[in-house]
Amino acid sequence: MRRRELIGVGVFVLAVAAVMLLPRAISDFRAQQLAYVGIYFIALLGLNVLTGFTGQISLGHGAFMLIGGYTTAILISDQGLKIGSHVFSSDMKDIWTIPIAGLVAGIVGFLFGFPALRLTGLYLALATFAVAVAAPAIVKKYELFTGGGGGVNLFGLPGLTGAVEGVEIFGHRLSFNEWLYYLSWTIALVLFAVAWAILRGRIGRSFRAVRDSELAAASSGVNLARYKTLAFGISAFYAGVAGSLLAIATTFVNPDTFPITLSIFLLVGVVVGGLGSLWPLVVGAVFIQFLPLWAQEISKSPGAPAVVYGVVLILVMLALPMGAAGLVRRIVSLTTRGYHRVR
Amino acid sequence: MAAFFQQVVSGLASGGIYAALALALVLIHRATGVINFAQGEMAMFTTYIAWTLTANHGWSYWPAFAATLVFAFALGVGIQRVIIRPIERGPILTTVIITIGLILVFNGLAGWIWSAEVRAFPSPFPNDTWNVGGVAISVQDVGTIAIVLVLVALLWAFFQFTKVGLALRASALNPDASRLVGVRVGWMLAIGWGLAALLGAVAGMLTAPTIFLDPNMMQAILIYSFAAAVLGGIDSPFGAVAGGMILGVGLNLIGAYVDFVGADLRLPVALLIILVVLLVRPAGLFGKAITRRV
Repeated sequence: MRRRELIGVGVFVLAVAAVMLLPRAISDFRAQQLAYVGIYFIALLGLNVLTGFTGQISLGHGAFMLIGGYTTAILISDQGLKIGSHVFSSDMKDIWTIPIAGLVAGIVGFLFGFPALRLTGLYLALATFAVAVAAPAIVKKYELFTGGGGGVNLFGLPGLTGAVEGVEIFGHRLSFNEWLYYLSWTIALVLFAVAWAILRGRIGRSFRAVRDSELAAASSGVNLARYKTLAFGISAFYAGVAGSLLAIATTFVNPDTFPITLSIFLLVGVVVGGLGSLWPLVVGAVFIQFLPLWAQEISKSPGAPAVVYGVVLILVMLALPMGAAGLVRRIVSLTTRGYHRVR
Repeated sequence: MAAFFQQVVSGLASGGIYAALALALVLIHRATGVINFAQGEMAMFTTYIAWTLTANHGWSYWPAFAATLVFAFALGVGIQRVIIRPIERGPILTTVIITIGLILVFNGLAGWIWSAEVRAFPSPFPNDTWNVGGVAISVQDVGTIAIVLVLVALLWAFFQFTKVGLALRASALNPDASRLVGVRVGWMLAIGWGLAALLGAVAGMLTAPTIFLDPNMMQAILIYSFAAAVLGGIDSPFGAVAGGMILGVGLNLIGAYVDFVGADLRLPVALLIILVVLLVRPAGLFGKAITRRV
């Protein structure tokens, strides 16, 4: 490892410690809000692998979250689905459904990557946008499986950990919200490390080559089809895990849990954090979670958050195309330049 | 059989609405190579202007209609000048994200100003049906089709017979050469956005009486219009109109006669059309295949 990477690992260890100790200092309600930040962080990591690193626009990541969320909901709740004479039923423990949700979404994403190979730029944006708009309609249609428009309620089911009386881990009592916080941030930090490891090596280089010039990448021996579908798969896996956690955290899923606006907010989060960045995405996740609350201070109207989101999105794109990551980089380069001059 | 023709006529009416919005998308895409994802929300927003003029300020229908068209044109021109122009030469992702930002702004603004309540929108046509050989045809549908056809004809005449129309076509075809002969290409693009917004306003005002006015009313219509534009060929104005009509009638018939699809799966069917056309024949039915030089 190079020196910079060692410093990075050190900072990461400190961040892990901070994240793990934080709930001692904050209220139960804050813990819940920060749990959602962790969930969005996971989804943003996934979206950035696809859009920021591989250059493939997705306006439909909410649909992959929907797949993950419903996978978890269906596995936790006993649906008693009858196909022929066989009754399928399952009441799985929630944490075991999370990797399954990720895998299901990941496989769907990987498969979606194949038709997406023939779509570039604008057309990919269009197709993914249509996917996100159409997904809730499909969910409503397959009522037997998904509970239709009414959705699936998870609260109080034996598969859902700690919703009623909290959780006990290593002799510590955690409230449901603290449990959610630890669950989502543990997974977020692991997946962050995984994303970092994937992106620093051969795969990450190939992704970036595809993003910067498909032609140049192909001529240098990068297999476009392999890396684009891989990016879709990884990205959808992250979205599926995030969707699964969202279902657990809200203890409920219905088609409106994953509206088209969710897909759009994810894109906003990635842009605000910085396309092609990793840790600055925390800023994007905080933005997604807390902006509606701040916007409420400006106006109580239901439309206000969307307006603020939209204006910020446009302003960031016009003034600061690299997001928070770009801002930090600019400040750092300014200060270090000054430092060299002084020395 | 009467039921069949009834479905066809009402399909042509909704097809006309898709066609108007698809035409708006094609207009902008032809001129600037951009797809305006906010086209539907802009249409919704301008429809609210018409609503507030009639419901809150006591205007009668047609003056409000005309005023809304003027407002929509100004809105389109303004957006192009202020927001789109600075990023014209940037990567596609930037433009897509900016138009997504516009979706949020207009959707939020409509909710903010007029609240998200569902509202009735007046129609210029009586709520009657004509009986033509046993087929009941609603006047509303015929009126919708008529307005769209008149609009398309006017637009065609504008592009074909006026100097500005010629300049618009020239700057879409070859901006650099147009600039050399004195066409103000920047303003032509702005006019293109204005006309697109105007078309969207018409689509919105024709849709609102049947599906009622609310901030999300154009989202599904926008997807149908995407499908129509892609089906007809995203660079072909004629294709957009034909695609809209084909899609309107097709979706109506599928919805009525294919039990499995019904009313709920029409949106996924439109999605399927988009995907299949893009994969099998990206140029659409009437578009020219693009050959790219590498």
